[in-house]
Amino acid sequence: MRDLNVQDLENLEVGAGILGTGGGGDPYIGKLLAREQLLRGKKITLVDPKEVDSESEILPVAMMGAPVIMIEKVPGGKEVVKSLEYFEKNLKESIDFITPIEIGGVNSTVPLAVAGMTGKPVVDGDGEGRAFPELQMVTFHLGDIQASPVAMFDERGNNNIVMATDNVWAERIARSVTVRFGGSAYVALYHMKGIDYKKWAVLNTITKCIDIGDAIMDAKRSGRNVFDALLDETGGVMIFSGKIIEVKREVERGFARGSTVIEGSGEFRNKHMRIDFQNENLMASIDGEIITSVPDLITILDSETSVAITTEHLKYGFRVNVMVMKCDERWRTAKGLETVGPRYFGYDIEYRPMEELI
Amino acid sequence: MKVRIGIDVGSTNTDGVALDENNNVLTKEKFQTTEDISTGLFNTLRKVIQNLGNSKGYIGSVMIGTTHGLNAITSRVGLTEVLAIRIGLPAGEGIPPLSDWPEELKEAIGNHILMVRGGHEYTGEEIVKFDENGLRNYLANYRGKIKSVAITSIFSFVNPEHELKAESIVKEVLGEEVLVTLSNKISSLGLLERENSTILNASIRPLMMRIIVSIEEILKNLELGDVKLYFAQNDGTVASEDFVRKFPIFTVAGPISNSIRGAFVLTGIENAVVFDVGGATTNVGALTNGYPRESSNPVIIGGVRTNFRMPDILSIPLAGGTIVRDKIGPDTLGFRLTKEAISFGGDVLTATDIALNALKIDLPGAERSRVLKKFDNDFITSKYVTMRNMWENCLDKIKTKAGDVRLVTVGGGAFMIHSKLRGSSDVIRPESAQYANAIGAATALIGARIDRAYSYEAVKREKAIEESIEQAKSISVEAGAVPSTIEVKEVEEVSMPYLPGNSVKISVKVVGKMAQ
Repeated sequence: MRDLNVQDLENLEVGAGILGTGGGGDPYIGKLLAREQLLRGKKITLVDPKEVDSESEILPVAMMGAPVIMIEKVPGGKEVVKSLEYFEKNLKESIDFITPIEIGGVNSTVPLAVAGMTGKPVVDGDGEGRAFPELQMVTFHLGDIQASPVAMFDERGNNNIVMATDNVWAERIARSVTVRFGGSAYVALYHMKGIDYKKWAVLNTITKCIDIGDAIMDAKRSGRNVFDALLDETGGVMIFSGKIIEVKREVERGFARGSTVIEGSGEFRNKHMRIDFQNENLMASIDGEIITSVPDLITILDSETSVAITTEHLKYGFRVNVMVMKCDERWRTAKGLETVGPRYFGYDIEYRPMEELI
Repeated sequence: MKVRIGIDVGSTNTDGVALDENNNVLTKEKFQTTEDISTGLFNTLRKVIQNLGNSKGYIGSVMIGTTHGLNAITSRVGLTEVLAIRIGLPAGEGIPPLSDWPEELKEAIGNHILMVRGGHEYTGEEIVKFDENGLRNYLANYRGKIKSVAITSIFSFVNPEHELKAESIVKEVLGEEVLVTLSNKISSLGLLERENSTILNASIRPLMMRIIVSIEEILKNLELGDVKLYFAQNDGTVASEDFVRKFPIFTVAGPISNSIRGAFVLTGIENAVVFDVGGATTNVGALTNGYPRESSNPVIIGGVRTNFRMPDILSIPLAGGTIVRDKIGPDTLGFRLTKEAISFGGDVLTATDIALNALKIDLPGAERSRVLKKFDNDFITSKYVTMRNMWENCLDKIKTKAGDVRLVTVGGGAFMIHSKLRGSSDVIRPESAQYANAIGAATALIGARIDRAYSYEAVKREKAIEESIEQAKSISVEAGAVPSTIEVKEVEEVSMPYLPGNSVKISVKVVGKMAQ
């Protein structure tokens, strides 16, 4: 158990960008929300899953909806807390710990702000080990843990409790309520016991994010190659390096779909990598041959600073490195691939683990 | 004859020109930029007018590109205390105004914040009812204490209603003379960045008003009280002093854009990359249809994230005065170049010395052979290759697609750029290249831009575009344009991902001529 400080949040922002694989929303707003709590003298306590009792009540909390709304209609804070209070009141259970539903992007920091406001400790882990766009795309779903009841609140105090027959229905209903709330909602869902969390969550990912940020900062200070430090820290593999020469985007059914082409340099000279994205980076191929795909993590980084570049900021001329990191093993099971494999996103290819391809 | 004067404040020199109606240069002047900016600016203006002699009666307008605003923000000097009002509670409370500002800048503007209920959704409907009475009560505490107010309401670029109401309440409680800046007039999506931009605008308004008064006094003393005064804006256009009193933030990058616009005026090339090689830095920008291309990312100014329109500029510390040791730069001799560089009789090796010898160019006042007494040709060649690579990388980074582009070089160090820079189809160095900035200012048109968001399910596309164009036109009239001359330069629609209802951001740019 330890209390997070402002520097942890700065590091977390960097790490959450990298595990966000191009999507997940800008962690900047989330960082400011959590930092504000520390500046107000509140504590954000992080707890290792080992310290969590099997019978404890655990509740993931998150922001749902369009990141573009969140940068304009900045959260008040209370709405996030209310979803938690709902559970305590209506289920007549006291929640012991909160936790992130995803670690990439903005949702890595939202629970930390809630922790500051409520004093509830945060368990170090999440339901994805990365970022994904839909509610059922979590490892908890693979463990047959029910998302429902999903408590949804907006800043006015409007709320809606979704009791769905399964997690895909929970996603559909919650998504349409989110739209009516004004494009964003604050949700608490997948309420579970400590024993289930320890079995199904991707563990210690908050610390992993902070360590990634720290490794990058440390390499910068000591003059070490930042990218090498990042690969060491994450166990990732560099799969390409070069310059972006093309970016195509289209908005389709509310998703930002598109692709980018990178012209290779150095050892990748005369080769071209194409990355397809849909909010997040989904698939990478070199000269037509698929190199890797979801659920493994594909991240595009600025080659000078090793800061992750989100899909909306990809631009011609950027010098980039592309890395791939192994996803959590559970995503590679039949149900995992059915939920988040390349076919779910509309690519008719067989998933092959990155270790086999590279 | 009609004469226009252009004055441009650069980091090293302040340049001035007078042009006739055919853009012939009648006179040009160059002074060192002074620490207070004003002295150099006023001296240049007086000297240009003096040079015109009896023709000064033909002066119709004076255009000024200055860094006063930017300088005040970065040095935290000369700023006015601002009351930052945010309308949006219960949303937004989690991150209050000024949250991510550097402490000393926050202090320089007084750290006064006020949050009230209100604001809108992306659809234009109210988040909650605007708390008018609450605002009125809170404001009473600031009576007599605050001269400048910044008002930001959530999604005000979709629906500005609450900002407009708040403005009238502020004037009612604090007095008519209080300066009010509304965020919907400054920028669009991104509450914190728009709010920051609005607060910065509010903090430099009195400063810019003082500058305007000083310049008007100078003109009056020279019996030129009728001459119209304009300021260069960040987008390569100008706006009348009336407009700049309200929106000085749109002028903070005026000098940078002047050079890019000047490159177009001098060459007639509408689409090109422009290198402005000065004393300390090379600013690299792009011309798109005759205007500086604008940046789509947040721009950090004085440590604060902002999102008002700025030119898309890459700046590298390599220019005329750059000191060459083992490494090239980043420090510079600045205005001491013509005294201390080896070619000019001094003993400091600069990028100018390297370029003059590598390209075998003779400049008046410079004796490049002095360099060869201390350094051999191989050394000079290898340093020039490094410089050339730095510029070539910059050229490549500013492009938006593959292929060679035309390159225009301007500024005092324009001669340093190789005529076959990799990535360029040709390199054009216009005559008077070193006065491109002042010429750009003198020849600029009145311009205005607006960003609005619409849902095409609620408002028809044609109507939304028409409405945006009308709004941009009315702003350009406010900025001094003659209505019959206004042209639409650009209509851009960007769809907003993840949002239902076919939501788009419409951005319109118009330009027009000023009254003669």
